[in-house]
Order: sequence, then structure tokens, then C-alpha cells
Amino acid sequence: MKRRMESYGKMVQLLFMNPVFFIGISLLLVFIMTSMVLILTGAPPFSVYKQIFLGSLSTGSKFGHVIKAWIPLTLCAIGLLYTFRINLWNIGVEGQMIIGAVFCTFIIRLFPNSPYPIMILFLAFFSSMMGGALWALLAGFLKTKGGVNEIFAGLGLNFVAQGLILWLIFGPWKRPGVASMSGTEIIPKGLWLSLIERTAIPPAGLILTFLALFVTYLLLKYTKIGLGLKAIGLNPKASLLFGLKPSLYMLLAMVFGGGLAGFAGCIQVTGVYHRLIPSISSNYGYLALLVVMLSNYDIRLVPIVSFFFSCLNVGSIQLPMVLHIDSSLSGVIQGSLVLTFLALHALHRRLSTPKEIQPS
Amino acid sequence: MIEIIDIHKHYGHVKANNGISMTIKDGSIHAILGENGAGKSTLMKILSGYIHQNSGLIKINDQIVDFSSTSVAATFGIGMLYQDPMDFPQLSVIDNFMIGQAKGIFIKKRTFLNRFYHLSQSLGFSLEPDCLVKTLTVGERQQLEILRLLSLGTQVLILDEPTTGISDLQKDTLFSALTRLTRDGKSIVLVSHKLEDVETLCDTITVLRQGRVSGHMVKPFDTNKLLDLMFETRSSPPGRLVTSQGPVFFSLNQVSAKGGRVGLKNLNLKIHQHDVIGLAGLEGSGQSVFLKVSSGLLPVQSGTICLDNKNIVGKSHVYFQNSGITYLPSSRLEEGLVPGLSITQHVSLSARPKPLIVNHKKALISSRDAIDTFHIKARPDSYVETLSGGNQQRLLLSLLPLKPRLLLLENPTRGLDLSSAYFVWNHLQAFCKTDHTSILFTSSEIDEIMMVSNRILVFYDGKVVLDKKTAETTIHEIGAAIAGKSVHL
Repeated sequence: MKRRMESYGKMVQLLFMNPVFFIGISLLLVFIMTSMVLILTGAPPFSVYKQIFLGSLSTGSKFGHVIKAWIPLTLCAIGLLYTFRINLWNIGVEGQMIIGAVFCTFIIRLFPNSPYPIMILFLAFFSSMMGGALWALLAGFLKTKGGVNEIFAGLGLNFVAQGLILWLIFGPWKRPGVASMSGTEIIPKGLWLSLIERTAIPPAGLILTFLALFVTYLLLKYTKIGLGLKAIGLNPKASLLFGLKPSLYMLLAMVFGGGLAGFAGCIQVTGVYHRLIPSISSNYGYLALLVVMLSNYDIRLVPIVSFFFSCLNVGSIQLPMVLHIDSSLSGVIQGSLVLTFLALHALHRRLSTPKEIQPS
Repeated sequence: MIEIIDIHKHYGHVKANNGISMTIKDGSIHAILGENGAGKSTLMKILSGYIHQNSGLIKINDQIVDFSSTSVAATFGIGMLYQDPMDFPQLSVIDNFMIGQAKGIFIKKRTFLNRFYHLSQSLGFSLEPDCLVKTLTVGERQQLEILRLLSLGTQVLILDEPTTGISDLQKDTLFSALTRLTRDGKSIVLVSHKLEDVETLCDTITVLRQGRVSGHMVKPFDTNKLLDLMFETRSSPPGRLVTSQGPVFFSLNQVSAKGGRVGLKNLNLKIHQHDVIGLAGLEGSGQSVFLKVSSGLLPVQSGTICLDNKNIVGKSHVYFQNSGITYLPSSRLEEGLVPGLSITQHVSLSARPKPLIVNHKKALISSRDAIDTFHIKARPDSYVETLSGGNQQRLLLSLLPLKPRLLLLENPTRGLDLSSAYFVWNHLQAFCKTDHTSILFTSSEIDEIMMVSNRILVFYDGKVVLDKKTAETTIHEIGAAIAGKSVHL
């Protein structure tokens, strides 16, 4: 009897180690869990799923909206890959995105009627990256020089950035005559990211995001930077003996992460809202943390998971209108989904690593 | 009585235990002897329920037992004292003692204090219950752990390399305590590679080699036969290096630093080329602070460190490294290697200068090379945390830079068996012969220092109290200096 139980356990373990089976069973469990949550809240699960699907992928323009959300979300998530590698929790992505958007708006306001909009856009791209990187560096210096935990530093700087953007929108950069939550004046049309016809997809943003994915993949896998980040993340003390400077690499990771977040902020201004609004970051900074964790820190999964979340975000917009349910339900779906996934991840890790510690 | 029957344990391709059978009698001290990687630790971890065997049986008093965890093993009276103490350094001695024993919401501290005093008195230990554990020496922490295990009702006490890193006095205390315990009918299992300890203390010896039992022996022991059972081929011991002393290239002048228990106080030292210098002293007397200061890892408070007559105080550790000063810590997995990275990745990490693009192919070839040359029992893609202690040390050696000028080594042979230690020393001495390298190393074993070094420094209370050529001093003089008895230089 006991032996049979053991072989049964081994079979389950083997099944779980099979990636296809694991992903399949994960999706099924996630589906069951979210449906249960939906039923508990009194919403018909299948109609909700159908509406989310219809709202995100049924037409070209809806798909375009998904891509528009996907670009900044993916950019932030890529940035987080660098910081997670070195074991830093860059919780300040939100603030870095906001500062990126502010820098971008600043440049655009400097040259509102330039004859070379492309040049201005490039300048805006660059300066927004600098802005995000600087904001991240602040947290990085607080960590490496001041010994402040990067989570607190990042969170604090998020509040500062939020305050700064509100002050700008209601103060120096307010629309002539009115100051409102709806944001600053619309930027000149010449500086809008051009869109693919009849969709809302900005090709420039798309191309640059794929470029960032590709470069990051190469950088993390094939260069001394990637290896150094990993080594320091795993054992900073030993890395020092290997001639690596942990604080330098930490700052470098923050610069990469912040730069990409800042660029995401710039995309939000030039490609999505065409002005600075208080909620310019759309909470993508926090959402990106979930994306990266659900991707198991694997860059190949990041764009897929990020796409899924974008669909969820965009698709749930019409839930209140069609099904008369509160729009916060999409948050509930996201939450239950993430929890189920993380539980499955933990299970997977438990099954895939041998229980014992090897002899030392 | 414990019977171990045909135990097998595999880690991937490595057969750590390959059919081990033995019997441990009540009231005896049974030694498990073998070189590094022979499977001793694995067997003991299985016996204590820390890991589970792939196949094989354990019987206690003719009853088959199955240990799914250490707590199950503990209910059968089996307790293990690990090589690295598993305690809570921030807590006091008595708090550590109570952990895992105290049940209920209100802890009856007085009851435990009584039990603690009673037990420690009966074993001849002298521990202060209110001391913080982090202020204790390794030997004292060991005593605490033994007391805790006994109080939990341990009948079979397993000790993994208990004499590593403790003073001779503590060793004597430990041995007499163990002998006393067997008189109460408890069994002791001693895992060691130190022949001398094992021969003086034990009744029975089981020798392991490459995951198998290569022989059993009962008192009296034949040392030569034991050595034959332990090693297939015995490598020759290294002697002292005979080379002419080179010019001074590295010196410390009036260096003081903080760190450890006592710091470093006004140290003056000149180091010549080809020097092999052994640093003796009780653990925490300033030796490791000295090594860290000399490698630029710890800042100095005052004084200068000169390399080629140039003051390099305040430079980064990387600068020290690039000048040819290399430091190897004694805790390999905590400070020396990166768990989670493979051997190949370590080879890439140690490349100097590091090219931007990591050349995986080249690193793979060099790691195969290193594995061959240094007899590392692993594959290039093995993660370092899966290697045995000896193999980790050999890997670290293989990662040393090509022509180091000064090697600062903390316990380079700690936890290694004789043949591994000889290998390490033969390799290190080659540096001195061909590259004018100097070596400074700490060791808790004076025999080792006497064997390989041509100069000895004894640390006491953050100061060097003896600085002599090894040929001009005696074990007696060194011993006195370690205890802080002779203070004239």
C-alpha cells in the first residue's frame, strides 16, 4: 500500500515537471478560481469572460488599445528584470514613469512649434529616459550610500513624483484659465506618435519595445553585465572577491530599470494621452511587478504575460456598461489570478527542487 | 542498537552513498572515517532524518524506522550536531537552550535554568546562560547544542567534524563529556577525517570510501591499515619550502582596525617574497581581521599598508586584487562562491579583465580544464552548492589568478582530508616557487603551520605576540604564545 502511494506521488511529481501539463493545469485552476470569485460577487463568469474577450480582441481598434497598454507595461517589466536580477525590489517604477513623462512634457513645451518634430520626439525620448534613470538613481544612492531599503526609497519617491506632477498640472503647466484633473494642454499634433491606420498602434513604440526586449535578452544572457548582476544578486560577498563592485552594479540596474520606465512614461504622453495627466502612469509600475513575477523572471514570458494583462485591463473597461457590474471587478479578477498563479509557482518550485540540501 | 542496511543515495549522477551497511551498538563511540566526499555527511544526514535515502533500511532495536524529517528522528532519540552550529546568534544561551523544548504559552524559565545547570555541570561545561550566543566561540556553541540535544532526550548523538575550529582545551572537555555519556548507555557517532582524534576516542571505526564501506575496525587500531582503507593512493606530504627569502614588497605600519571581537592593534609587519607565513592563535584573535585589512576588504583606522613602498590604504578591494593581492575566505559557500551559479559561470566571473561579451565556449573549455587539473568531482554545469567541501576548495584554487603576488588564505584546508590538504599545499607552493608569490594563511592546526610555513605569527588579543622563523621556534613556545603567556618579542 505504502509503496503504491509512493509511486503515485512520484507520478504526480513527474507530471508536474512536464511544462505543457503544468501550464495546462495552471490555466484550468486559475480559471476555476477566478470563476468562483466571480460567482461569489454575483457576476456571471462566462459573460464576464466573453465581454473581456470582446472588449479587447474583437476589433482592430480594440486590439490597438491593448497594444497601447502593452507597450508601457512591457517596458516597465523589462526594466524590472534588471533590478530583480540583482535582488533589488524596484518598487519606484511608478515614480520613474511619472518623471519620464514630466521630462518628456518639459521638452515638448520648450519647442512647441519646431519645424523638426522628429528631432524633438527623439530629444523627448532621450530626456524621459534620463529623467526616469535619475529618479531611480536617487533610490539607488539611498540604498548603496545611505543603507535605505530600496522598497522604502522607491515608495517614498513615488509619492514625491505624484506630488510633483499634481503641482505642475495645477500650477505652472495648467491650461490657460483652467486647472483641472484632466491635465495639461494637448500637445501639438505634430508631436503625437503616428499610428497605424484605423488602429491605435504606434509603430515606433512597438519597434522600440521589441528592441528593448531583444537587447535585454542579449545583455542578461551573454554579457558580463548579466552575469555580474546575477552573481551579486545571489551572493554579494563572494562577488566582491570576484572583482565585482556590488554598489556599482546596483546603480547600473537602477539606471536600466528607471530609464525604461521613464521611456514608458514618454510613450504615455506622446502616444496615448497626448498631454500630462495626474494618473499618467496608469498603475503600470505596480502591474509590471506582477507581470515579471508571473513570468518567473523569464524574459521570454514577459511579453506574453504582459499581453494577457493588457487584454484584461482594456477588456474590462466595458464591463460596467454591458453587464452593470462595477469596473473594480477587473481588479478582483487580476488579484485572484495572481494569487492562484503564485501558489502554483510555489508548488512547482517545491516539486522541482530536491527536498534536501546537498552535502557541504 | 541501530542497524543501517544497504543505504543508497544519489545526487543526480553522483552516488554519495552506494550500499552502506553498518551497526551502531548502544553505549559505544563509533567513528565514521573517510576522506572528503566519501559519503560520511550524507549517511549521517540520512540517519538524522535531514534527508531521505533512495533505498535501504534503518532499524532501531530490530524495528524498521522511516525518518521523514529530523523531528521524526528526534522522537527515536537521534540528534545531530552539525558542523556549522545551527543556533540563533542574537539570542541568549538559555533562550537557545529552550527553543524547541518549551511548550505552552508561559515558559517556565526556572525549570529550564535548573536543567541547564544540572546538565552542563554533569558534562563539565561552563556556559553562562545569559550570554548572547554570538559572543561565544565555536566550541562553546557546540557545547550548547549538545546540551540542548541531550535535554530533548537524545540517545544517539551524531557529531559531524566536532573538533574542527575548537581549541585543544575544548577538545579535551568534549571528549571527556562524550565518554561520560556512553557510560549512561548513550551512543555517540563521530564523523571525522582526523585519525588522531578518532583513534583516541572511539571503540569502533567504520571507514567509508567513495560511497561504500571499505572496512570496519575495533580497538586497538592500526594506523597504517586505516590509511590504506581511507585512501586508494596516498599523496606525499608537502614539506617546508626551501627558497631564499626575497626582498620586502608588502608591509603594514602601525595598522589599527576594528572588526571581529578584538580588532587589530598597532600592527607592524614586513612581508618578503617567497614567504609562507602561518598565522596561529585562538579563533577571533585578530587573524581574520588582519587578512581582511590586508586585502582591502576592511578599512583601517590608522596606519599605512604599503605595496612596493606605495601606500595603498583607502583603495578599493578591486585595486588590491588588480595589484595581485588575493583573499580566500574560510566559509566557501557563504563568502567565496556564488550558490546558484555553475562552475562554468564561476570561471567566466573570474576572468580578468572581464570582456563585455561572455565567451561561454571558452569558459566551458577552461572549466573542463580546471575539473581535470584539480580533480574536482563535478561537471562544468554543476552548481557549486552541490559540490562537497573539498571540491569547493579545489574549485576556488582553480579560480586563483595566474600570477598572484600575495595570497591571503583563511583556513585553506579547513574540513579537508589529508590527501586533499596535501594537494592544496603542493599547488600553493608551486606559486611561491615560480611566481615569487607569498602566502599568509590561518590555520587552527599548529601541525599544519609547522609543516608548511617558514615563518609563524601568533595573534593574541589583536596583536602579534610571536613572530619567528618556524625553524627557530618550538610547539611549546607557540602554544604558550597562543594562550597569551609570552609577551616579549
